[in-house]
Amino acid sequence: MATSHFFNRRLHSLLGIIPVGAFLLVHLTVNYMATRGPESFNSAAHFMESLPYLAVLEWVLIFLPLLYHAIYGLYVAFQADYGNVTNYGYFRNFMFMLQRITGVITLIFLGWHIWETRVQMAFGEELNFEMMTNILSNTGMMIFYIVGVVSAIFHFSNGMWSFLVSWGITIGPRSQRLSSYFWMLVFVLVSIIAVSALFAFVNPEYIVTIG
Amino acid sequence: MSEKQIHLIVSRQDGPESKPYTEEFKIPYRPNMNVISVLMEVQKNPVNAKGEKTTPVVWEMNCLEEVCGACSMVINGKARQACSALIDQLEQPIRLDAMRTFPIIRDLMVDRSRMFDALKRVKAWIPIDGTYDLGQGPRIPEKVRQTAYELSKCMTCGVCLEVCPNVNSNSPFIGAAPISQARLFNTHPTGEMNKEERLEALMYDGGAPDCGNSQNCVQACPKGIPLTTSIAEINRQLTVYSFKKFFVS
Repeated sequence: MATSHFFNRRLHSLLGIIPVGAFLLVHLTVNYMATRGPESFNSAAHFMESLPYLAVLEWVLIFLPLLYHAIYGLYVAFQADYGNVTNYGYFRNFMFMLQRITGVITLIFLGWHIWETRVQMAFGEELNFEMMTNILSNTGMMIFYIVGVVSAIFHFSNGMWSFLVSWGITIGPRSQRLSSYFWMLVFVLVSIIAVSALFAFVNPEYIVTIG
Repeated sequence: MSEKQIHLIVSRQDGPESKPYTEEFKIPYRPNMNVISVLMEVQKNPVNAKGEKTTPVVWEMNCLEEVCGACSMVINGKARQACSALIDQLEQPIRLDAMRTFPIIRDLMVDRSRMFDALKRVKAWIPIDGTYDLGQGPRIPEKVRQTAYELSKCMTCGVCLEVCPNVNSNSPFIGAAPISQARLFNTHPTGEMNKEERLEALMYDGGAPDCGNSQNCVQACPKGIPLTTSIAEINRQLTVYSFKKFFVS
């Protein structure tokens, strides 16, 4: 009983980094290929699709860990009382609240995003640059994607910070402060990568080439 | 007559199940008052701001020098000790509320027994009783003693639980104080001998893993105890202990 509660919590913490966080970085790197044009992106996406035993990789490294992290995360998020941020508006308390809010936004975004891309691919549609261009030429969708992607990156970066505390790696206030700076820098840099990829899909120069 | 007054707005509640209400008081100003001495004035003359006779406000207090932890309450939105809340440093009107994370007994008086239960749960003591004389324990290195001394300042006042977003009726989290106390006794060379028992207790639902790292506790602790360092240190001990338990035993 003691061990299972502890195990569930630590598993939730670990899965957020490996494999879910690691996959986020791989995914964003593939997206970034879009800044080099439709062909680069399509070949990168095709490479991911052509991996052997893809279904096993997807379920074991993405869907199942993501589902566990999401469901347990929702349970954790709904246990907290957010009323006290107004009275105790300290930086970390604010980040505590943002971590939970961005988690829920990321979950909603991912539900929609997976439906629109991976599930449609399973139904026979081709997942390529053009598909993303069609989705993102709608301004509302573009805003939804930017919010979703930035939330996911924040949740990952700040989650890395709290992972290091929860596993007892950054213990003292100094290491935790430096860790805050480091992961916020990661958040900004990865966000730039991710958002520039989103805009690459609607770059008029590339839309012409895909006709 | 333009006598300077202290304007007090108190959240009151007649009993554990009663409906809360607010009552205002105007107290003649004297220099160097604290929240306790203002409440004592209300006690001496229980008349509210409308001039009606009322019941005196109930609160707890003991040492009056911020070492006992009894007079914790929420003053102008922040949980702290009433004895060290000086009127001259507070913005008026002064709003007093009970620490609502705990069950309310009456007015500003709360039942903090869950903290004692948590200390019992994490075995926050050093067992030295035996059927024979156990002799002297190991010596404490000076550096360890200094760390332990800071942790030993905890007065179980409950402020760290009140400010924590994860300590509430939806969550079994025990809060920072008992986790820090487990660290204190795990730090002590004799207490260290029973380290695993405390760590085992901290793995349960509501234990150390339920901390959400909002770090309000360390900001609010009136004794300046490094509570977040304690939690992270216990997290490290739990990591080591759980790996050892899985792979070795």
